[in-house]
Formats: sequence, structure tokens, C-alpha cells
Amino acid sequence: MRIGLFVTCLTDTLFPDTGKAVVTVLERLGHQVDFPAGQACCGQMHFNTGYRREAVPMARGFVTAFGGFEAVVTPSASCASMVREYYPALAAEAGDPGLARAVAEVAPRTHELSEFLADVLGVTDVGGYFPHRVTYHPSCHSLRMLKVGDAPLRLLRAVRGLDLADLPDAEACCGFGGTFAVKNPDVSAAICADKVTAVRRSGAEVLCAADNSCLMHIGGALDRQRSGVAVMHLAEILARTDGQSR
Amino acid sequence: MPTYLGMPSFPTAARTAVADSQLRANLTHATHAIRAKRAGAVAELSDWEELRQAAKAIKDHTLAHLDTYLLRLEANVTRAGGHVHWASGADEANAIVSRLVRDAGANGVVKVKSMATQETGLNEALAADGITALETDLAELIVQLGHDRPSHILVPAIHRNRAEIREIFRRQMPGVPAGLTDDPSALAAAARAHLRQAFLSAQVGVSGANFAIAETGSLVVVESEGNGRMCVTLPRTLISVVGIEKILPSWRDLEVFLALLPRSSTAERMNPYTSTWTGITPGDGPENFHLVLLDNGRTSALADQTGRQALRCIRCSACLNVCPVYERTGGHAYGSPYPGPIGAIISPLLRGVTSPADASLPYASTLCGACYEVCPVAINIPEALVHLRAKVVDAKREKNFSAERAVFSLSGRVLRSPRLLAAAQRAAAVSGRLVARSGRIRRLPPPLSGWTETRDAPAPPPESFRAWWSRTRGGRS
Repeated sequence: MRIGLFVTCLTDTLFPDTGKAVVTVLERLGHQVDFPAGQACCGQMHFNTGYRREAVPMARGFVTAFGGFEAVVTPSASCASMVREYYPALAAEAGDPGLARAVAEVAPRTHELSEFLADVLGVTDVGGYFPHRVTYHPSCHSLRMLKVGDAPLRLLRAVRGLDLADLPDAEACCGFGGTFAVKNPDVSAAICADKVTAVRRSGAEVLCAADNSCLMHIGGALDRQRSGVAVMHLAEILARTDGQSR
Repeated sequence: MPTYLGMPSFPTAARTAVADSQLRANLTHATHAIRAKRAGAVAELSDWEELRQAAKAIKDHTLAHLDTYLLRLEANVTRAGGHVHWASGADEANAIVSRLVRDAGANGVVKVKSMATQETGLNEALAADGITALETDLAELIVQLGHDRPSHILVPAIHRNRAEIREIFRRQMPGVPAGLTDDPSALAAAARAHLRQAFLSAQVGVSGANFAIAETGSLVVVESEGNGRMCVTLPRTLISVVGIEKILPSWRDLEVFLALLPRSSTAERMNPYTSTWTGITPGDGPENFHLVLLDNGRTSALADQTGRQALRCIRCSACLNVCPVYERTGGHAYGSPYPGPIGAIISPLLRGVTSPADASLPYASTLCGACYEVCPVAINIPEALVHLRAKVVDAKREKNFSAERAVFSLSGRVLRSPRLLAAAQRAAAVSGRLVARSGRIRRLPPPLSGWTETRDAPAPPPESFRAWWSRTRGGRS
């Protein structure tokens, strides 16, 4: 299958290893991965903060870059849900029938990595080896918008050597919320503090999630506390075959 | 909602609340307990999702034909011997109630817990006219005696623990028993004794209603303590202040809501007291019944295609109990009788987004979606929140320079252009190397300083994904 990788602006800029890991996993499964250079940001931050008008050109850029791919795969449940859940409304609002048609074509074929692997390809064992104690934070948009269910956990359970630890109160939000973390920093930090406590109680060496945004948030607090717990995107764990945790 | 004017914006109010460790402990304990109980009560019904969709459909139908059903309700209330009054705003509603109390020759009322009269600030308005309003719901009484504000729709005193309640009773309750302990049953007994005399001597009762049934002109109040039953049956005059969205076409529709509401709010299969009445019945209950139908911003909310779903709300407060933000801040920070996720959309819909406090409310959410998941009438609160955020931004577009808008306009231009994004990534990689220590940034300038107060930020890597792809596989796409 010819797959377009939508790496997302955050992962592109700050976490390139996640993008490389997605390429590794998909190519290991025998697929052809392309990175259309015309891609930029999906516009979620602008849309969710109220700058809908500014998000419209970003949606246009996305559908232009990814038109024609059999599937678009992204290592972010949050960005995938922006495309699938909100692009249709955004296109309608912009009064742009061409954009609406392009969205109707591209959005349903856009998938977050774990749902693409487990539900579209039907693969749970991607050949990973990662002999570490890992706990998984189901990000809100993966859980309640995309409803990926236990796809990430099925993938993690199939990784050889991996010891999956329960995360207490796993479905609770981490308090990131995009610009919420900056507009309401006190509340965001208070929510994050409870997530960090839960992560530390799990006894895991590595916290894993399907969104680098949440991991940047929780990881930032774990690092500030010098907790010694590393954060890794799901793709990076699935890509590992050498047993290293960093 | 006159009580709450002059509130600071949400982030400022929330900062104080987050720093109050007693409040945090009270809230965490209470919200987690009710959260788990609700999940259990809901799981008992295999057709929960069908009930939820039915409730949504009934409310949407009713709201789309509100004019028809309101007139039907008015006709049937009048036929049953009641009087209907229409109030377009809070002041008008309060003035009607005040006049009716005077007409009844009374200078005091007993009240059933009611969100509509919290919204209009009725107690304060009556006090200004020399009329005493006594709250008879236990938690509302605690709030009233403590000269406090409610902080939860269902549990207005959720921010108080029993030791604090004992202190309020000892200081403020006339005739409080000597040696009152903080045992919940002792506190309830003291409140009972205090209220009993008022029930028996009251000339006027004031209530809201959970539902108004158009086909018969009947009102329905759902409650736990029985104080509501006393208020709507004992006084000679009963005045009910009801939002126009509380209407249901028929008794058949009510069945759906009586299955959803108790399980969502108190996690009970059925609430202890459900009172219904239709106009007046000679020799039984009040001799005079007045229904005040309240708009107060509801028709403008109805005109908002995305926002109107908030009018489906049945005030169960399930969304408050699961909200990560409410759990940390409590209700007072929302500057409205409607706190939590539903308050963050209802208050700006009813009051507009012009004040800084109302403009901050749609941002008082991480958009985690837990509220939508538990809502018994399927209000997509995250969708309404981002819709209202756009209203806030658009209302300010005509105004002069805004630093935030400048940032979003510039970042918008960068983030939609692969060329500018790549240039920004190269610049970030250079500056990141200057400020980072072992790959982490410990302090950023405003507006990002809020982030680094409690969290490290990742340093930009030397090479973006885009640059890596172009260097290693450049020829391929």
C-alpha cells in the first residue's frame, strides 16, 4: 500500500525520531511510505483556540498534499481527529465546495498509527523487541474522539520482552489541552501533577502514548522532577528491535 | 446573573482555587466518589445509549417547536387554574415574583432548590424589596447561612466538608442545638428542626421545575430530601420560575428523562421524591399557582446553531463530576451559578462573550471530551466550546491590536507554508542549542513561561524530520 506519512508539525519540529519510527514500522510491514513535502500543520491549534479562519488555508494545504494516497497515517490521534472530525465542518463553514469535496475524499482515509496498524491492516505484532516496563496513557483524543479502543495496548502486548504496567486512573486527561496549558497554566499543572503521580506509581521505566503533545507535557513534568521515567511515542517502541530504551 | 458581576476571568479565579489544598481535597473526594457510582448506575441499563439518543431527539424536537409547546403549556396551565407570566430577563422575572409575594400579603418565602432563581439572583432581589427567602435544600441552606455561593449544580456546598458545615450552623443557625457535632445525621437533624417551623408558617413557596409538561400544563420537580414536596404543597401560594427550555411535549417523553436524570446526577435508579402538580386543586395544596416563564438569553442561545444544543441540558451535573478542570478549581472560578463544562458553554451563550470573565470561560477546558461522553442528552460540549472560542476571537477582530491575534496570524502563515516551517525549524534548532541543557529547556519567555514554571520543554533537535527525509530520501517524493 502506498501510504502518505503526515508527520505533524510538532513531531516534525521537535520529535523527528517518532517520524523515522513510523517509516521503519510501515516499511518493515512491506508498505511504501512517502512524505509529501507540501505538508505543514493540520491547523488544530488555530481551530481549537478560536482562529478558525486561519485554520482554513492549513486544511487546504493538507488535502492538497495528501490527495491521491491510499491511506494517510499520522503518529497523532489529536491531529487525525482534527482532520476526520472537524475538517468537514471547517470546509462547510468556509463555503468552499472544492475543499469540502477534497476533505470528503481524504479525511476518511486518514488514520492514527495504532488504528491503522491494528484495525485497517489487522496487524498487532509488528516485530518489535523492547525489554522494558512500560505504561500506556490513552490520550483523550485517541480515546474519546477517534475511539481507537485497545488498539495501542494490543500492539504493545505483542512487543517481545515488553512488560506492560497498569496506569492508575489511565483515562484521566493529562491537562495539556493545547493552548490550555499556556492560558490556564495553574490548572494544567495541577492536572498534570496527578498524572505524574499515577505514572510513578505504575513503576514503569517508560511512559508511552499515541500523541507527542501529551508526552511533551507529562514528560516535561517528569523531567522537572528528575523522575528517571522516560517518555516514548508508541511508534518508537514498536520500531525498536535492539532493546534500547532511548 | 447579577450575583456574579465583577468576577475575575477564569485563569485568575482558578489560580486561587488551585492553591487551596482543603478545597482540592474536598473536591477530589466528592467528584471521584460520585463518578464511580454514576458509572455503576449507568452500566445497569443495557439501553443507555438508546435512551440518550431518545432524550436528545425529544429535546431537539421541542426546541425546534418551542413556540407551539410554550403556548400549549400556557393554555393548559391557565385551564387548570394557574396564572402564566412571561419574563424576558432576570430583572423582569424577579419583579414579577416580588409583586406576587406582596400581593399574597407575605414578607417571606420558602424555596425549593432552583437553578433558574440562582440565575436571576432572586434572593438578593427579594431582599432588596424587604422579602426574606429561605433556602430549604440542605446544601443550599449551608450556602445561604455561610453567605457563600453555590459551587456545583446538584451539590451546591460540595466545596465544604462537615467540619466547616458544623461551624456555619453554630455561627448562623438560630436555635442551633448546644454541642452540635459534625456527624452528618446530627447536622441534618439540626437543619430539619430549623426548617420545620418555616414550612408550617410559610405563606408563599417558590420553586423551579425540572420539567414542564405541555399537554397537561403540569410541572415536575425531582429531588432527594422532601423539602421540595413541603414547599410545593404547604404554602397557600406557589410561584414557579422555569426556563423556557424545560418544556416536554407529553408525559410519555418524561419517562425517558426520569430514567436518565437520577442515574446521571445522584447515581440513583430513582430519586426519593418526584412531585408533579397541575394548576390548583380546591382543598388540596396551594390555592394560587403562578408560573413565571423565563427567557433570559435562551432565545439568543436558540438562534446559535451550534450553541443551541446546550438548551437540552437537564442540569444533572454529570459533566462537572468527570471534568479534570472542575475537579481542580471547583465551581466558584466559573463566575456563574452554572459551573463546570456545561457552565463554560451556558454562561457565554446566555450572557454573551463581551465581559473578560465570559470570554475566558470557553477556554476553561482541555477539550478532553469526558463531559460529552457522560452527558445524558448528548451535548457535544467540546464542539460548543471551540465554536464559542471562535465567537470570542471574532468579536475581538474588529478591535485594535491584540498580541495573541498577532501571534496566531504569524504562526498561521508559518504553519501553512512548508518553506517557512522548514526555515523556522532551522532557526529553532540554532536557538534551542543556545538555551538548552542536556536536551531540555528549563525556562521560556512569556507567553510560554507558564509552561516552564512546572514543566521542562524539549529542545529542538539539530535536524527536523523534514530535513532528515530530504537529506536521506530526497529524491523520492
